[in-house]
Amino acid sequence: MMAEVLSLVSAVLILAGCGCCLIGALGMLRFPDFYTRMHAAGITDTMGSGLLLIGLILQPESHWLVIAKLCFILIFIPLTSPTAAHALAKAARKGGLAPLLGPQGSERSRPSPPEQEESNG
Amino acid sequence: MIEFVINVVLLSFLVLLALTIARTKDLLSSVMLCGLYSLVSAVFFVTMDAVDVAFTEAAVGAGISSLLMLAAMMVTSRYEKANSIQPKAALVVVFLTGVLLFYGLIDMPMFGDPNTPVQQQVSSHYIEESMEEIGIPNMVTSVLASYRSYDTFGETVVIFTAGIGVLALLGGRGAGIRKPSSPAASRSAFPDHLILRVISKLLIPPIMLFALYVQFHGDYGPGGGFQAGVIFAAAIALYAMVFGFERARKRFPLPVIRFVSAVGVLLYGSVGMVSILNGHAFLDYHALSANALSGQHLGIFLVELGVGITVTSVMILLFFTFSERAMQSGGQE
Amino acid sequence: MTVFVVAGLALLVAMGLALSRAILGPTTYDRILAVNVFGTKTVLLIAVLGFLMGRPDFLDIALVYALINFIGVVGILRFFEQHRQREEEQQ
Repeated sequence: MMAEVLSLVSAVLILAGCGCCLIGALGMLRFPDFYTRMHAAGITDTMGSGLLLIGLILQPESHWLVIAKLCFILIFIPLTSPTAAHALAKAARKGGLAPLLGPQGSERSRPSPPEQEESNG
Repeated sequence: MIEFVINVVLLSFLVLLALTIARTKDLLSSVMLCGLYSLVSAVFFVTMDAVDVAFTEAAVGAGISSLLMLAAMMVTSRYEKANSIQPKAALVVVFLTGVLLFYGLIDMPMFGDPNTPVQQQVSSHYIEESMEEIGIPNMVTSVLASYRSYDTFGETVVIFTAGIGVLALLGGRGAGIRKPSSPAASRSAFPDHLILRVISKLLIPPIMLFALYVQFHGDYGPGGGFQAGVIFAAAIALYAMVFGFERARKRFPLPVIRFVSAVGVLLYGSVGMVSILNGHAFLDYHALSANALSGQHLGIFLVELGVGITVTSVMILLFFTFSERAMQSGGQE
Repeated sequence: MTVFVVAGLALLVAMGLALSRAILGPTTYDRILAVNVFGTKTVLLIAVLGFLMGRPDFLDIALVYALINFIGVVGILRFFEQHRQREEEQQ
């Protein structure tokens, strides 16, 4: 009984994770601008990975070492994936890539690239 | 059925990537797409159940190889120069050779056929006798480190020679030739990315610990000296990239790294010499202990350690030498 | 079992979409983003394949690639930053 409930919960989580991944990848393809694509990819990447890995952990009859390794991946991906996304967005902003403001097709107002700030944020 | 679909999709990814790499003129995109190519190959090896090969391909091809090519690209240029020569005769010759090669393929046996001569004799001996003669579960490690240890010794010496070659070409520390690298170039490339620095500082020890796990767990699961060395070197490369090369060179001074890379090869060779001095053949592990199985285990342990040490230090050597050269040439422009 | 098949196919589709962004992407930043996403999807695909084929050894490869992916993206960013700094110094 317990194993069946766990199986069901695990299957739901795995499918939810894959759904997130698909939505993110679709967004990355269809959004008009780099920053919007980054928004789609960075968030759904972490969320989809997290849901899918939790679903795999809850699979019944797994060796404890398998669960431990899945937990390690589950710790690493939410640490590294948002950091890489943040670093990339910051590098793009400093590099002068300006975001697309205003509705597409109308008067686009692109702000000038930022000055070199001395902040350490 | 599902494996067929996965294989078809992965192979079409490979073809698409290869075409894009050949067409693009931007070398940075090429390097990134080459990393993706290695990654798709690693997944392909996983579907073919070749775990050690997939491990090495993921770690080496998609990881350290991209880092080294990027470091080398900093010495040269980012865009490919336009090619003005269009040799049509060469295209014809290559095409004819390809047709002849495909014609020669017709006689070869089917992929993975178990009745071919190469599968009958030595391979079946390895598969059947490995557990009794050597006693470790991972057959790839037993073949690599015990049955074919001469080949692995050759590979280790090749890696060491590559390190020597790069040092000979690029590492010139002749008196007066080396300009002091400009201070702007040797500080960190990410001076105000605070989040990146904190997370990297958190991640580097677990990566090194994982490299040690891969090194010593290679008997029981996928792993071994080569993969562990590459992962360890990647951790040190991360430290050097995020915190600056001056700090990295103080922590891992180049003379020490040069010495350590020789120590690895020396360790491997010493195991062989101990066997000779005890009256057996070179790299015969029966000479290491009274019990045959524990002799094998000790021999494989020491040999993999030698491989791991050499691979780590040579990869670090390559990365630091390329980057130092890039910083020197950047200061001269 | 079928859950793993569906998950594998969904991940392959997501990888294909990321790949097309890597090939198309007008700016280099788009390509770096697509490479990062592709790497994460591959980690998940290897984990799912491990469960599909009944061999949990594959998780080592997934773990390694989760770490190497991060290091690779940091490496690409470093090259890009220093290239840009060098061009700014020259102007």
